[in-house]
Amino acid sequence: MTTPAVPPPISLEDGAVALAGRPVLRGVDLTVHSGDFLALMGANGSGKSTLVRALTGLLPLTRGRLELFGTPIREFAQWRRLGFVPQRAGAASGVPASVWEVVASGRLTHRRLLRPLSRADRAAIDEAIEVVGLQDKTRDGVSQLSGGQQQRALIARALAGQPDLFFLDEPTAGVDLPNQVALAASLGRLKERGATVVLVAHELGPLAPLVDRSVVMRDGRVAHDGAALADHAVHQAGFGDVHEHHCDEPARPRRRDHLPDVTSPLDQPLDRRGRR
Amino acid sequence: MDLLSLPFMQRALIAAVVTGLAAPAVGTYLVQRRLALMGDGLGHVAVTGVALGLVTGIAPTWTAVVVAVVGAVVLELIRERGHTNGDVALALLFYGGLAGGVLLTGIGGQSAARLQQFLFGSITTVSVADVIAVMVLAAVVVVICVGLSPQLFAVAQDQDFARVAGLRVRGYNMLIAVLAAVSVTVAMRTVGLLLVSALMVVPVATAQQVTRSFRTTLAAAMLLGTVASLGGLLIAAFPPGDVRIAPGPTIVLLALAGFALTWPLGAWLRHRHRLETPFAPGVNVDHELAGEHPHDHGDDCGHVAVRHGDHLDYVHDGHRHARHDEHYDEH
Ligand SMILES: Nc1ncnc2c1ncn2[C@@H]1O[C@H](COP(=O)(O)OP(=O)(O)OP(=O)(O)O)[C@@H](O)[C@H]1O
Ligand SMILES: [Mg+2]
Ligand SMILES: [Zn+2]
Ligand SMILES: [Zn+2]
Ligand SMILES: [Zn+2]
Ligand SMILES: [Zn+2]
Repeated sequence: MTTPAVPPPISLEDGAVALAGRPVLRGVDLTVHSGDFLALMGANGSGKSTLVRALTGLLPLTRGRLELFGTPIREFAQWRRLGFVPQRAGAASGVPASVWEVVASGRLTHRRLLRPLSRADRAAIDEAIEVVGLQDKTRDGVSQLSGGQQQRALIARALAGQPDLFFLDEPTAGVDLPNQVALAASLGRLKERGATVVLVAHELGPLAPLVDRSVVMRDGRVAHDGAALADHAVHQAGFGDVHEHHCDEPARPRRRDHLPDVTSPLDQPLDRRGRR
Repeated sequence: MDLLSLPFMQRALIAAVVTGLAAPAVGTYLVQRRLALMGDGLGHVAVTGVALGLVTGIAPTWTAVVVAVVGAVVLELIRERGHTNGDVALALLFYGGLAGGVLLTGIGGQSAARLQQFLFGSITTVSVADVIAVMVLAAVVVVICVGLSPQLFAVAQDQDFARVAGLRVRGYNMLIAVLAAVSVTVAMRTVGLLLVSALMVVPVATAQQVTRSFRTTLAAAMLLGTVASLGGLLIAAFPPGDVRIAPGPTIVLLALAGFALTWPLGAWLRHRHRLETPFAPGVNVDHELAGEHPHDHGDDCGHVAVRHGDHLDYVHDGHRHARHDEHYDEH
């Protein structure tokens, strides 16, 4: 085998991740080549989000070796090449923020400190908003949008950075079919440009034709890595439907201290972001 | 009006303006992170700092800055570890800071009255050195809060995303905590340590009632903060009648009055906005006629007219009525 001239965007060897001291991912080997469109699939709790968070450097590896574009993750600094759509149920925070502002924050990787937005920045922001079809809502507050519209704003935020390597964690959850088709079209354009995409999804829908490789996770390990699979094939025997085993276990076997909950006066009763 | 030309009054005016600008600037980021009470916690910690200054003879402004910054860093570390939630960490700071300050003042044999100046503000006794310190600190706070607003906004909005965008999230979190500590010290002479948080949070809460973007919220909060703090000082300087009014509480009450007035306005504006948002254009499945309809909809008929594709729907009693020839359709 010859060494490729261009290092692969993602190269993970024997990766393991522990959450709250409990091993979650074990022995994950994953190399994603430039231009790959990879679908990461598997049951709830199988470790897809954990893997994506580890690949983006958000979670430390307990063992193994991760390189992005040939650079070990600890030394990695080309963040503008990365785009990330986190798995989340909303984009609201304690102070109003307009759709434009949220999307514009995706452009930060291209901006230097204390510099105003360039013409190219503004064009990229407008284009990203148009791709997700929110151009009528540009000046609206994100918290006034529906869940699916908020999700589209988060997709636009990642698109605005014009990344080479794109992580999308269930981007189409709660997004209607016409907008999934629009997203598929824009991801298709990214793919033609040579971008690499890692997509977590339970149902590929209109994105299915783009996928050229499927990785199926099962209980923190890779159960299948190869040709694209149809949605239903993921849960068929062999890759194991873990539902049966997990049914009577709590979804998050996480032990938390009991704490008196004193909320601030301006807190909303439910933090939609869930964590901290 | 002679009062305004007196040096102590001019110093007070300067202190009021810079406080009014700086406190809500940081406050906006605290509210965005849902840490509205952080200013309060740091204010209580700063009490210990002031007491330390009084006991040792060092200028209380600087000892307060140092102790409040240390408190802010500790608080941020506690939050980051996630062992306890942010609010409980705040509560711990409240009690420790206040108790420590009162204890120290007693040990040092200082009068409670001296400490009280810092607890409830004493804007008219600000010295030249104090004014310069306050101006410098406030300028630092405002420049950073406005200049780094894209970064600070992104970090407060979504930490994970900011981290993947290569921002040093930890550094920015720490920066906000330190700025909050600094602006607490800036505001301590104006409104006092116990009321500091009001000036950080109330203008933001007021601005939010009518704004829909972050930048306008930030700008409006700073404007409202300045108006409240200048206005409060002037009301206290020229009180109606023969009463003595303390500036600190007046400033805070003025800010609160602003909030009380804007709240209904905000509610009305949001209601209006919701009502008048165009209906999604689309085909109507059936051609359904409105029943008995003696009323004639028009420009001034008193019903909300909402754009719906190429025509207007009139909204009343849960119906959307669109004119069609000589009758109205249900849309
Ligand atoms: N903060 C946490 N602390 C401890 N364990 C966690 C934490 N978050 C997730 N887990 C556990 O890690 C495992 C993998 O979770 P992960 O979020 O990666 O699943 P997923 O495949 O993304 O599922 P979904 O389809 O629901 O998004 C689960 O068993 C979950 O219980
Ligand atoms: Mg997930
Ligand atoms: Zn009418
Ligand atoms: Zn109509
Ligand atoms: Zn009618
Ligand atoms: Zn008709």
